[in-house]
Amino acid sequence: MNGGQDLGGVHGFGPVLREGDEPVFHSPWERRAFALTLALGMLGRWNIDMSRDYRENRDPVDYLSSTYYELWLKGLERLAADRGLISEQELRSGRGLSSRDPAIKPPDAARVRELLVSSRGAKVNEPVAARFAPDQRVRVKNRHPATHTRMPRYCRGKTGAIAIDHGVYVFPDTHALGLGPKPQHCYSVRFTALELWGEPRRDAVYVDLWDDYLEKE
Amino acid sequence: MTHDHRHDHDHDEEMSLRVAALERLLIEKELVDPAALDELIDTYEHRVGPRNGAQVVAKAWTDPEYMAWLLRDATAAIASLGYAGRQGEHMVALENTPAVHNMVVCTLCSCYPWPVLGLPPVWYKSAPYRSRSVADPRGVLKELGVELSGDVEVRVWDSTAELRYLVIPRRPPGTERWSEEQLAKIVTRDAMIGVARLQLERAK
Repeated sequence: MNGGQDLGGVHGFGPVLREGDEPVFHSPWERRAFALTLALGMLGRWNIDMSRDYRENRDPVDYLSSTYYELWLKGLERLAADRGLISEQELRSGRGLSSRDPAIKPPDAARVRELLVSSRGAKVNEPVAARFAPDQRVRVKNRHPATHTRMPRYCRGKTGAIAIDHGVYVFPDTHALGLGPKPQHCYSVRFTALELWGEPRRDAVYVDLWDDYLEKE
Repeated sequence: MTHDHRHDHDHDEEMSLRVAALERLLIEKELVDPAALDELIDTYEHRVGPRNGAQVVAKAWTDPEYMAWLLRDATAAIASLGYAGRQGEHMVALENTPAVHNMVVCTLCSCYPWPVLGLPPVWYKSAPYRSRSVADPRGVLKELGVELSGDVEVRVWDSTAELRYLVIPRRPPGTERWSEEQLAKIVTRDAMIGVARLQLERAK
């Protein structure tokens, strides 16, 4: 979606402000929002692409005026309700009105530790053919899906070259919608600053893009 | 994405109540185990952080075979030091050289290599960094204290997929006789994101 999350090239946000000796969390509630998000995610009722979709799929004004873990919390509340872990009424009242699905087994501390380390990620062990080869010139499709996508606006319609073929990965656009992993090759595609921004600088941006986002030049 | 660097008391209080309400509900329904929450917080607040990445870099600087492995298969080379798992499942190492300076961003959210760097700092997740690093990397670097001459190529890596990038900064001159352990102490988080250069004064 062309939402508040797609920030590459947007103007007006001001300087990058670094904080000295920055703590990992700035308030106790951030710790809780972070941990709840990971713990509920481990129940397997949704995937990481759905989590990202739920954080970004909102009025851009809301996205841009929320703090980081506030977006995590808002996304988590909606996911938990939409995916049936809690009811709307429970979310509103803060009180449990029914017992949980007995098939759900929340991980304990030892299991959490295992799950963090054994996480397999998004690579898919399937022999899907690559549509493009290293060094090949490709153009990013000029498409504007209203649903979750990982194709930033600043590279749409632009031409680059395949720099690295990373292998076969889950495709976020379908995965976020519950339409399956649609495994396909994901590449780092190199774009020059001249192509992206019209500036003849000796710079390049590498964007990770899937086969479905790309076409032959 | 605003206010992250400020601390608005009312906002904090509202968020505290809202998170606490959700947490109470989830515990009441036995959907989360409170000890599991503590484990998650302790892991990312105290156990996983940029010291891990610094070990990787120091080893790469002192062991050419390891450096070659890291550049060829970063996931396996990093896992051999015990750093693996969530948000680091598919790693790529990027070597800075006199001719090429790499820096990493996630313009769409906040993708970051957790097993080697921990959780990302606020500036990395902020709208200014996410918006400007791809369009004006030299301006951002200059603001953060890194000035590069025009003949150095800047490569910005936008982490839009599940690949996670670790920058191998240049080893500072004068450290030729240093041990791996000494070297690990001078490698900073920001250098491994590609927005800082390493200076020797830090280590002495």
